[in-house]
Amino acid sequence: MLTEIRTAIRPAISLLLLLTLITGIAYPLAMTGVAQVLMPAQANGSLIREGDRVIGSKLIGQNFAAPGYFHPRPSAAGENGYDASASAASNLAPGSQDLRNRIANAIPATGSTSNVPPALVTTSASGLDPHISPEAAFAQIARVVQARGIPGTRVEALVRAETETPLLGFIGERRVNVLLLNRQLDRISANPPR
Amino acid sequence: MTLSGWMLILVFIGLIIACARPVGAVLFRLYDDRPLPLEAGLYHLIGAGPREQSWIGYAAAVLAFNVAGIALLFTILKLQNVLPLNPQGFGGMDSWLAFNTAVSFVTNTNWQNYGGETTLSHFSQMAGLTVQNFLSAATGIAVAFAFIRAFARQGGGTGVATIGNFWTDVTRVTLYLLLPACMVLTIAYVAMGVPQTLTASVNATTVEGARQTIALGPVASQLAIKMLGTNGGGFFNVNSAHPFENPTALSNLLQMLTIFVLGAGLTLTFGKAVGNLRQGWTILAAMLALFLVGVTVIYWAEAAGNPVHHALGLAGGNMEGKEVRFGLAATALFAAVTTAASCGAVIGMHDSLVPLGGLVTMFNMQLGEVIVGGVGAGFYGILIYAILSVFVAGLMVGRTPEYVGKKIEAREMKLAVIAIAILPLFILGLTAIATVAAPGLAGPLAKGPHGFSEILYAYSSAVANNGSAFGGLTGNTPFYNITLAIGMFVGRFGAILPALAIAGGLAGKKKLPDGPGSFPTTGVLWIGLLAAIILIVGGLTFLPSLALGPIADHFQVAAGTLN
Repeated sequence: MLTEIRTAIRPAISLLLLLTLITGIAYPLAMTGVAQVLMPAQANGSLIREGDRVIGSKLIGQNFAAPGYFHPRPSAAGENGYDASASAASNLAPGSQDLRNRIANAIPATGSTSNVPPALVTTSASGLDPHISPEAAFAQIARVVQARGIPGTRVEALVRAETETPLLGFIGERRVNVLLLNRQLDRISANPPR
Repeated sequence: MTLSGWMLILVFIGLIIACARPVGAVLFRLYDDRPLPLEAGLYHLIGAGPREQSWIGYAAAVLAFNVAGIALLFTILKLQNVLPLNPQGFGGMDSWLAFNTAVSFVTNTNWQNYGGETTLSHFSQMAGLTVQNFLSAATGIAVAFAFIRAFARQGGGTGVATIGNFWTDVTRVTLYLLLPACMVLTIAYVAMGVPQTLTASVNATTVEGARQTIALGPVASQLAIKMLGTNGGGFFNVNSAHPFENPTALSNLLQMLTIFVLGAGLTLTFGKAVGNLRQGWTILAAMLALFLVGVTVIYWAEAAGNPVHHALGLAGGNMEGKEVRFGLAATALFAAVTTAASCGAVIGMHDSLVPLGGLVTMFNMQLGEVIVGGVGAGFYGILIYAILSVFVAGLMVGRTPEYVGKKIEAREMKLAVIAIAILPLFILGLTAIATVAAPGLAGPLAKGPHGFSEILYAYSSAVANNGSAFGGLTGNTPFYNITLAIGMFVGRFGAILPALAIAGGLAGKKKLPDGPGSFPTTGVLWIGLLAAIILIVGGLTFLPSLALGPIADHFQVAAGTLN
């Protein structure tokens, strides 16, 4: 066995270095180059800009607290949630007292006591979930309408229009991107009162 | 459970079956002796001829290559502060953490006691981790090739035989299969929204005027090999749950398919190599039957939801630790795929699965990662169970145990038992130590049975080389960094060495023609026997520990007892 190991040392080191150069340097750099040329928008994080200001990424959720906006799911990423430089989940167990308390405390703000849409009170796996379920959006319409003073039917139509459906009917879930929905909302009624 | 959820699961299984044969044929071309373009020059460059190796020579090459890999990766992680491409200016990694991470990625485990976007430079992610994502996968497939040769070759009956050459196997798999496939996959992932840039982050001002720093990086190139090589180590802390690491349900389907596709294809490579495709289809059928049971239980349990939260007024299934774009079905399917296949990537947090869902993910790993399994590792793993099964069948009906024309004798049985026993010995042994030692008890986030589950899951994941976690466990302590690294190393090479020893012995044996006395190793009866042996060996060994963890947890949650 020792002789075999001794003869293996040179090929082991030279192959390791060669493949490090190929798969660890050349491959990711070449892919970066190709991606930046062919699909710069996606390769740089699908950012949404307003003028030259970046207001977020359409793939990454962000905090909304004002009553005139639809709110995203609770988030465990960072101190205040939706810290896109430190993704994190709660990792709380199904039988956790802390989790039960957290959900119980969040339920009154949803305005309902039964059939509460889970997306309103559960944290996501990433802490950056950009979506809520359509049910979770509908449950917030009354609050948004009251804060903005616009007709409920317009907001309802907006939620329906922003609801994305599963690909081919079974790949994915029905969902609403909160950031995109709120931007549409701002388009139909600017500057919501805080 | 919904109809569309079941469609996703069945379409996924259908696609895997459809891909198995063509992928098996591609792998066969690499397994085959016929030279490939440009490869002679490569072997000249690294100083290793394509000459055949004995099993000892092959094993020595595996060990030298992997130990060198651990040393290089450790060095890169320690020195990332002085190496290039460190736009955030991260410091060198702590020694125990770097040791754990190096062992983790070289053993195809990808257990992560750190959060990627808050710890690692781009250089560490690329030249460190991405490289071992390729090489650990290639090592697994290489060992599987050697194992296939043991059955395919017509031995001289002298007991001495060669099983191929590790350097050619590992080079071929890396450069002629994984690399080109990952280039295509990278482009596909970028098209779906996965970033690929050397920028570290951008600062956004949100609609409500807050500041949001959005971490970026060369994600797609690492994601491609992380799934295809069943590595599972995330670029970001939350792995494939991160919208940048898995933007859509379609990217999610592609990730699940690429986790399974090489492992499934290898069964057909085996069938082709031994001249009977049915031998391969039978192995794949046994794998998929076990898989379907697991995914059904997880999906059912998750869709049934959490009674504690229902009592508060919450509707529907368990969405804590899940993403809306994936929902219950895809998250349950992914959890089954990633734990069955030794991948360890996650799109939902396993710690927050309801207890029976968590039980299946743990049990998948404890069965030894043979349900498709890690690339290569799952294949030689299930063949070791097949050897055990023909032996048991031989005892029952009084026939000489043979598998695919090779006699199974005392040496093979001893080695197979070693390979199988390593798993419970180290999973349960290390769990036992951690549950009595103070630094072990400091780890879990949860109290009660779920806290025990967090520890049991960690060692199951490490020894089985999975890499997923019940994330509540605080693993970045010297105690867990060391014990988990031991588990990962022994779990990997404690299976590879016996597997190669078995291969060396079998390769030298004469291939016997099928006779009236041979036990058929194709067909439904054999699938049932193989699946039963896997379940009985795995089930009996781990049942007591599962009773203390997820099963006790299940009854507590059902009764509304909280911890």
